[in-house]
Amino acid sequence: MLPGFGLTLGYSLTYLGLIVLIPLSAAFLKTSSLTWSEFVAATCNPRVIASYKLSFGASFAAASVNSVFGLLAAWVLTRYQFPGKKIFDAMVDLPFALPTAVAGIALTTIYSPKGWIGGPLYDYSLQLRHWLDSKGSNLVALLPEEGIRISYTAFGIFLALTFIGLPFVVRTLQPVMEDMEPELEEVSATLGASRWQTFTRVLFPALLPPLLTGFALAFARALGEYGSVVFIASNMPYKTEITPLLIYAQLDQNKYSQATAIAVVLLVASFCMLLVINLLQRWAQSRAGSSP
Amino acid sequence: MAGPATSLVKRARPIVPLRRSTTEPPWVRRLLTGIALVFFVLFLFVPLAEVFYEAFRKGVGLYFDALSTHDAWEAIKLTLFVAVICVPLNTIFGVAAAWAIAKYRFPCRSLLLTLVDLPFAVSPVIAGLIYVLIFGARGWWGPYMNAGDHPWLGSWLNGYDIKVIFAVPGIVLATLFVSFPFVARELIPLMEAQGNDEEYAALTLGANGWQTFWRVTLPNIKWGLFYGVILCNARTMGEFGAVSVVSGHIRGKTNTLPLHIEVLYNDYQMSAAFACASLLAFLAMITLALKSFIEWRHGRAHTKAAL
Repeated sequence: MLPGFGLTLGYSLTYLGLIVLIPLSAAFLKTSSLTWSEFVAATCNPRVIASYKLSFGASFAAASVNSVFGLLAAWVLTRYQFPGKKIFDAMVDLPFALPTAVAGIALTTIYSPKGWIGGPLYDYSLQLRHWLDSKGSNLVALLPEEGIRISYTAFGIFLALTFIGLPFVVRTLQPVMEDMEPELEEVSATLGASRWQTFTRVLFPALLPPLLTGFALAFARALGEYGSVVFIASNMPYKTEITPLLIYAQLDQNKYSQATAIAVVLLVASFCMLLVINLLQRWAQSRAGSSP
Repeated sequence: MAGPATSLVKRARPIVPLRRSTTEPPWVRRLLTGIALVFFVLFLFVPLAEVFYEAFRKGVGLYFDALSTHDAWEAIKLTLFVAVICVPLNTIFGVAAAWAIAKYRFPCRSLLLTLVDLPFAVSPVIAGLIYVLIFGARGWWGPYMNAGDHPWLGSWLNGYDIKVIFAVPGIVLATLFVSFPFVARELIPLMEAQGNDEEYAALTLGANGWQTFWRVTLPNIKWGLFYGVILCNARTMGEFGAVSVVSGHIRGKTNTLPLHIEVLYNDYQMSAAFACASLLAFLAMITLALKSFIEWRHGRAHTKAAL
């Protein structure tokens, strides 16, 4: 038996309790002082419901897009050679390392109607609408009258959440792809499977557990995200107000109980995600262990 | 040694690749690579380039003017001060927790592992909120800290003029919470993979616990530890949401660098905001460069638990 078990475990538990567990329990204790009807009134009024819909919807959409492009990016980074591959590989972690406030102001500026990407999008959408209008085409209904905007809309929130979730899928898939045995694919090819069949029937089933883990990680991260969204959303109640922002707004107006009640709802959702992630990781490990 | 071996491999490589059946046709490869590159450029390079472009757009002179204002300087100092407190505390915790979790088997071990990860799952806003609930003017300890109606503890704390929320201690506590798991997260899988054999050997040869740790364990984990510390530091210096809740945004006093960026941005001082942002973006690039360096020197095992 190595020495130091009592010391390190005792210290870890004390520190964990002081910094994490006791403060977190404050949120639950504060909420337990509310009556049930007060709790429902604080967490189920229309403004809060609208924020849940936006937060969960945008996080789900962002995590889905990350799953598709993350799978593709991880595939390209592990399997193909191209110039600058090392730099791209290193850059995947940028959303982790870049502070959210910096990402927030950068994305907002790029996608604003005067920005690098938002600018041309806005101008051309207006011109296209004008042109379609002059031709009397029905397609004009597809374009919004005020032009396509990304910053200060719900789509901007989705974009910011996609940015911050990008590394999760790539980094969960990459080690699994690197460890895949080429024999499996060779056998599949020898047995006459096409490349597409090999991917969908042999490779993809093995990649599914880490892909779902990556999705859950990106979703959980997006759900709580605040820094990058606060800039790119216009933070209008009912329209572009995500749940963490609503908690902040309530706190700002000294509505401590309401803020804490919403926080408890979000915390419970986050803990459920943590549980799902743990189960997925266990599934992925048992899959990896049982594969030939 | 490497020279002849690689040249042999090169000579042995057939002109027509043998494994054509286990890779995709060239056009598929090019298409997939192309899509991935466009995605990377749009989502990673453009935002980073934008930060530096906006920072220097109005000239280098204005860039350094923005960084040398009193408020910016105070924000930089506060950010460094918070990092100097938080990073060592979380590093000591990380090493202790990794030692306990990776070297021993005990009941509820996986529960403890989950609890260490807990701060990652909590929204930064909630991380700030919980400290406001405890230490704020209307929180549990608020009355003890601000009013004199609890004569004993209240006057004692008042005598020292201790303020937590809307002050530096609150910023430190909220930052400790959000950067809590990084070092532990990094070390636990690494120390588990390395096992206990070398430590047992050291103990058998007569080393005591501390000697074993300093001379055997620490040299084995130093790169993983270093990477955990850099990640923890990046998060500490860049934290925005949690700090925003507890700081109160008092200029020159409780504004860290990310909060100062927000103030400037909301004042429409774009160049100044991006000038300060470029410092943090530079820090992020150094973090990524060090990560790549460690991976290149020592393999992925040391930077595996980046998530």
